[in-house]
Amino acid sequence: MPSLRDLRRRIKGVQNMRKITKAMELVAAARMRRAQERVLAARPYSDEIASIMTELMRRSPQYEHPFLKVSEVQKRLIILVTADRGLAGALNSNNTRLALSDAAKTQVPVSYVTIGRRGRDVLRRLHRDLIADQSMLGDRPTMGDVLPAARVAMEQYERGDVQQIDIVYARFISVGRQQTVLQRVIPVVPPEDAKAVSADFEYEPDPKDVLDALLPRYVEAQIYRAVLENGASEQAARMIAMRNASDNASEFIEDLTLTANKVRQASITTELMEIVSGAAALEG
Amino acid sequence: MANKLQVELVTPEGRVFSEEADFVLAPGVEGDLGVLPQHIALLTPLRTGVVTIRNEEAEHVLAVSGGFLEVLPDKVTILADAAERAEDIDEARAEEARKKAQELLAQNVGNEEAVMALERATLRLQVAEIRRRRHGHSPPPQ
Repeated sequence: MPSLRDLRRRIKGVQNMRKITKAMELVAAARMRRAQERVLAARPYSDEIASIMTELMRRSPQYEHPFLKVSEVQKRLIILVTADRGLAGALNSNNTRLALSDAAKTQVPVSYVTIGRRGRDVLRRLHRDLIADQSMLGDRPTMGDVLPAARVAMEQYERGDVQQIDIVYARFISVGRQQTVLQRVIPVVPPEDAKAVSADFEYEPDPKDVLDALLPRYVEAQIYRAVLENGASEQAARMIAMRNASDNASEFIEDLTLTANKVRQASITTELMEIVSGAAALEG
Repeated sequence: MANKLQVELVTPEGRVFSEEADFVLAPGVEGDLGVLPQHIALLTPLRTGVVTIRNEEAEHVLAVSGGFLEVLPDKVTILADAAERAEDIDEARAEEARKKAQELLAQNVGNEEAVMALERATLRLQVAEIRRRRHGHSPPPQ
């Protein structure tokens, strides 16, 4: 049986841990709300750009912008979005695992661009072909923060080094549910749910030029959105993970307290017995 | 017949402006475009420049760096890479940024980033200047 002093010390230790996990939970909850707002704020732009693109592609289906051309894949590029910090449940490892398993499925070489420290570190440890990294963006990534990574990826495609680009991130479904997804970035697939603006547009200078300017922005907006969603998912996952940790700590403290009480009682009982039997011996 | 325009200015980071207006002036790639209600549907990329939105009460001046203009008879949507309202511009900071960019350019003529930074800073100052003139503010004390 552990001594009473050891038990009391462990209770103190677990209580301190609970304080930390509780604080982390509250911080994650506040950050998650802000991250969700940012996801919502980005929506009008990406919806609008998607609907214009759908309209344009319907208008000039014969025009083959390089970003639309589907060719045989000899090399792929995966953009892996993860968090910069850990302690967010299985989020980071899920993202990394999906990227690696999808890469293993196809028989072509894969290079990676990472956004987020966690994914970068894993790929580096595994000696994967990591061509660019954009980490430590903080809580409020702007489009400008994400652009360098997006540019590197697009350049690779334009030069013909890769023929397909995908992005892996955690989609934010609800506070309790985040889903790791792999999404095609280039060749661009027009979104199915986007409604085309049906109007007889005049294009200046002409549809081709508008589409040329639009496609890179569409790709950038998609990547930016993935980063924002992953940010919201990260905070939600951390909040839940920390809540579970706090709950476990509470349970553990209860168990320890119970044991401590038993030990204390046992020692009191033993002492009493000793006194009583000592007194009996004197009388006798 | 609708004789108002619903003007929306959105950037990847969020909606910057959303109001009814009578007139919009935007810097299209082929030249500046003035849009009145019942304009023909039009789609064009934008240059970096000044967007002016006018209605009875006020005139709004914004700095926009690149993007698209989508015009429908009763609606104008500006998809900007970045946008800033004139009143949000910190002139002192823009001036400083301009000086820094100029210095960088003096050292290294081909520096693309510095060219873009200079363009942005100049635009900001320009927009702030327009706003000051309109509102009759005196320039800040030196």
